[in-house]
Amino acid sequence: MANIIVLVKQVPDTNARIVLSGDRVDLSAVKKVMSPYDEFAVETALQHRESSGGEVTAITVGGSGADKVLKDAKAIGVDHIIRIDCEAQIDSNALQSILASVISNLGAEVVYCGKSAADTGAGSTGPGLAERLGWASVSNTTSVTFGDQLSVVTPSSGGNARINVPLPAVISCDKGDIKARKPNVKGIMQAKKAQVDVRSVDVPASTVSVVAHSMPPAKPAGKSYQGGAAAAEVAQLLRDEANVI
Amino acid sequence: MTDTIVIAEIVKGAVHPTTAELITAAHALGSQPVVVVPCADASVADGAAQFSGAARVLAAKSDVFSNYDAAGWASALDAVVPAGVIITSASPQSKDLAARLAARRGVSVVQDVVQIEGGNLTSPIYSGKAMQTVSLSGNAVVSVRPNVFEAAGNDGSNDVSVVDTTGNIATAVQEFMARASTRIDVAEANIIISGGRGMGSPANFTHLEAIADTLGAAVGASRAAVDTWDEIPHSMQVGQTGKTVNPNLYIAVGISGAIQHLAGMRSSKYIVAINKDADAPIFQHADYGIVATWEEALPVLQSTLSTMMA
Repeated sequence: MANIIVLVKQVPDTNARIVLSGDRVDLSAVKKVMSPYDEFAVETALQHRESSGGEVTAITVGGSGADKVLKDAKAIGVDHIIRIDCEAQIDSNALQSILASVISNLGAEVVYCGKSAADTGAGSTGPGLAERLGWASVSNTTSVTFGDQLSVVTPSSGGNARINVPLPAVISCDKGDIKARKPNVKGIMQAKKAQVDVRSVDVPASTVSVVAHSMPPAKPAGKSYQGGAAAAEVAQLLRDEANVI
Repeated sequence: MTDTIVIAEIVKGAVHPTTAELITAAHALGSQPVVVVPCADASVADGAAQFSGAARVLAAKSDVFSNYDAAGWASALDAVVPAGVIITSASPQSKDLAARLAARRGVSVVQDVVQIEGGNLTSPIYSGKAMQTVSLSGNAVVSVRPNVFEAAGNDGSNDVSVVDTTGNIATAVQEFMARASTRIDVAEANIIISGGRGMGSPANFTHLEAIADTLGAAVGASRAAVDTWDEIPHSMQVGQTGKTVNPNLYIAVGISGAIQHLAGMRSSKYIVAINKDADAPIFQHADYGIVATWEEALPVLQSTLSTMMA
């Protein structure tokens, strides 16, 4: 019987246009979804449960608005949902600290998370949490086989490596070849009734503070050509002008 | 003044040239860095001796560094890396190390930095749809996107000192599985040529492969191509749910430029787009845009490049 945790995060829909209001992004009109890689983490957690038995607990950090991502996870099939109550913008040190403080008391043997969240793209939470818990970690896995140890596949220079991971461990999941399951009607009904277990924690001060958001620098307009014959000129410019070949 | 430490980028057991870019990033933060080279054999650190702008080179020698294990590398480096702001590459492996090392030191990590100005660090967020600038109070670990900062020069003659270290390896490599194809992976390539659904069929990717072989490039694909054709594996996918790349040259063929694809390649130094639809969004990001079918453009590109590279 395995005690399995999966971390989920609510992020702006990846197809959404991001706009600024002053020097901060304005997400008020943007639909929020579960970060895409987290869907693979949830899928892997559920497959682990199906292989070993046990229970899956989904955890997120946020204000009450983040309950939706937990309900989404519940609808897909997790057993328990926990929200660590913290609405403030915090840095990676503070985030990992509060996750570790809650998770260290849950008796879990494995934590799955997405390889990075679609908002920051940082990918720091999995390995950072593992270090704080003193656990093994492997990032960017494309396949996980379950047992007393995990056997995972992750990219390695020139190919892939299959790695034995003793438990407890934190695994950050890339897309790989698995298909993430979608919620069914029964799951959605159960999720509606599900209670979110809200935890309050002390949040350490952040030492990294956001100064400003901005739009990416506009790229100067490129040269454009009509017709395939121009490919010869472009090839020459790649050498003479861009110096890249 | 901020003390800085550069962790040399190690690829296939050697110091990767990207390391010189990390030295430039350290200067932008205000100091000449100590360059720490994780290695099982101290001679590897000689590969950092020629970098200009380093304060000194430290070979951190341990069997732990024979294979990558996040816990082992972080603990073995933590034992010997001086205090300060630690700078790594933002390659997938080094981002993982950066996060683990930061947690070990109880500090924060700032990933994917593309600009350093007045002590502030800027990284892309929302897959490059916006930028975030942060300030640091205290030490941190910072990963820097490859191919963004100018490389420091190669006319230094740094002293290399060796320090033995050890760490706790948590995982064990069972086997390495070489890629079936001998072609370079998109994540490691300086030049990438990618195809989208506009290629019509997976068989037509052979035309991209021919050009890739001429240039020593990798072949990539859009999500649409990967999702549509079983023959195009996910490992080739560039984009938000694939690989994020920033090569010197990215050639997009038959790719419209959906936001999900742009997220993975928009920071490439030079972008060439070939698409028959003049309104395709990819052209807004291209340095050189060719409105043509791939059938018209690729043979011309192939023959010109073959002549040039001969």
